[in-house]
Amino acid sequence: MPEITFVESLRMTLKEEMERDPSLMLIGEDIGRYGSIFGVTKGLLEEFGPHRIRSTPISESAIIGSALGAAMTGTRTIAEIMYVDFTTCAMDQIVNQVAKMRYMSGGKAKIPLVIRTQGGGGRGNAAQHSQSLEALFLHIPGLKIVMPSTPYDARGLLKTAIRDDNPVMFIEHKLLYATKGSVPDGEYLIPFGQSDIKRKGKDVTIAAISYMVMKALKAAQRLAGEGIEAEVIDLRSLVPLDLDSILQSVRKTNRVVIVHEGCRRNGIGAEISSLIQEEAFDFLDAPVERVGSLNVPIPYAEPLEKAVIPDEEDIVTAVKKVLYRT
Amino acid sequence: MSIPLDENLCLKLYERMLTIRMFEEKAIELFEHNLIRGNVHPCIGQEAVSAGVCATLRRDDYMLNTHRGHGNCIAKGADLKRMMAELLGKETGYCRGKGGSMHIADFEGGNLGANGIVGGGIPIAVGAGISVQNRGTDQVVVCFFGDGATNQGTFHESLNLAALWKLPVVFICENNQYGLSTPVREAVSIFRISDRAIAYGIPGVSLDGNDVIEVYTKTVEAVERARAGEGPALLDCVTYRFFGHFTGDPGRGINYRSKEEMNQWLDRCPVKQFKEQLFREKIVTEETGKAIEAKVRASIEEAVRFAKESPFPSPEETTQDLFLLK
Repeated sequence: MPEITFVESLRMTLKEEMERDPSLMLIGEDIGRYGSIFGVTKGLLEEFGPHRIRSTPISESAIIGSALGAAMTGTRTIAEIMYVDFTTCAMDQIVNQVAKMRYMSGGKAKIPLVIRTQGGGGRGNAAQHSQSLEALFLHIPGLKIVMPSTPYDARGLLKTAIRDDNPVMFIEHKLLYATKGSVPDGEYLIPFGQSDIKRKGKDVTIAAISYMVMKALKAAQRLAGEGIEAEVIDLRSLVPLDLDSILQSVRKTNRVVIVHEGCRRNGIGAEISSLIQEEAFDFLDAPVERVGSLNVPIPYAEPLEKAVIPDEEDIVTAVKKVLYRT
Repeated sequence: MSIPLDENLCLKLYERMLTIRMFEEKAIELFEHNLIRGNVHPCIGQEAVSAGVCATLRRDDYMLNTHRGHGNCIAKGADLKRMMAELLGKETGYCRGKGGSMHIADFEGGNLGANGIVGGGIPIAVGAGISVQNRGTDQVVVCFFGDGATNQGTFHESLNLAALWKLPVVFICENNQYGLSTPVREAVSIFRISDRAIAYGIPGVSLDGNDVIEVYTKTVEAVERARAGEGPALLDCVTYRFFGHFTGDPGRGINYRSKEEMNQWLDRCPVKQFKEQLFREKIVTEETGKAIEAKVRASIEEAVRFAKESPFPSPEETTQDLFLLK
């Protein structure tokens, strides 16, 4: 299998799906000649033309609203929001329009819409270009939320997202774009609600998402050196959530650490931790541990940003805590 | 002055306006009897805009609607029975009781739904326009919104995008001169809302929204232009809502507007004016006028009966219709 980058995997997938479905349209800022800020849509305008690759003014509400209107009237659409931080400019369209349209119409609206965006810190992009906002959307019924961590998963999950007839938030991580991985040429789809065990282990469960899966794997490797075998579960989608796989692992390891880059307060870890204690309380040998960013905006200076965003060390510490090895 | 429209069209317009008036009067009555929950935003006084605009449309043309939208639904061809059932929260309603007064959608009839968020539907209309352009059909999208919505960002983002891409969208401002209690002169920085079209390089017309013939003839021009691929237009239909903002507005809005002003507009009632015109032109006689009234009244009574007799949705349905299941 050839090794390609995360960006190349996304681009290849978009191209294939554009070829497969002649109605599929992309809409977003600088996605035309410029090829989008991280190069994901490079070459697509030349191949598919300006009606299907719609490069827009800086108008996030109009991007999401018009993507919804197009999707509702038979044009399968992928809207790109350059940074997840900018989704807040379109929050009414996402929260009150996209997420509710099907339900409040009594199930009549069919909305084949993907909102592709990227988030995360670690590059010194500061407070308004580094956030992880998945928890905001997790709170809104009517949105599916997907956060891939590898080029392989990105391809399979994006195909599923595009072919889904419901709104999907597809949130990438900017630090994953340059990462490489094996991606087969042949077609494959990864269903939502199916997590992936990225590393097997018996002593502790680490449930992580997006770029934190990479950090969790590094932490697990270090822990292995100390005789601790961590199982790393990549959740892949938050809505729907593969709770069964988490529970299965917890019943085996009896200890769990949830890792995400969004703020620890009201992060996805809070929800998952609560679900675990509801469903597997008797299997827990330690309180569920949550690792997330500090409850501050992402600061600019490198030492500050590093202090805010969880790293390998924080995950190791949390694992040791649930194992009472501190 | 003789009426420049075909006699049958005049009768259709009159019947529509009368239907809207009587439907709204009935809705207020049902609200007062606690059969309708939340609130009703009656469009009494604005019937000429609904009837005049929608009479220019085909069934497969699209419409985006507002919270004060019963009239536009009726004018776009909605079934009164299913509308009334929705107001009463019944299973037979357009949204199976999940939407209510502010969210009636009838996709088969091109009605893409009303919006509880002021200006929320405008970008969705643009998206429907994109879809039409990409599919290469000659459908037109009509987007209703109030004077208050022209101060929302979505209005400006959407007009810009529609103008930029020459989309077949006709923007209809139902300028009833108040955003809840705030008069348009205290909210809009220019005298004529249609002048806002200048900023986007599209035609803008302010017109007498209580004169159904003027509404019809000016909308025909804009719709035919859009259908021919010549792009969007903005029509500012100056009108008045007699009832006030909603069913909870004390004294029909007497807190923020004078009795004299209300009476002046009542004298210019669009239904009464048009009826007198039709009498003068002998298109309607005493006898046929009564017959039309009786027919409309019977259709409203039938709708009420249907709605009352219909069952409420069962609580099991609450979790249905969120996502389209394959």
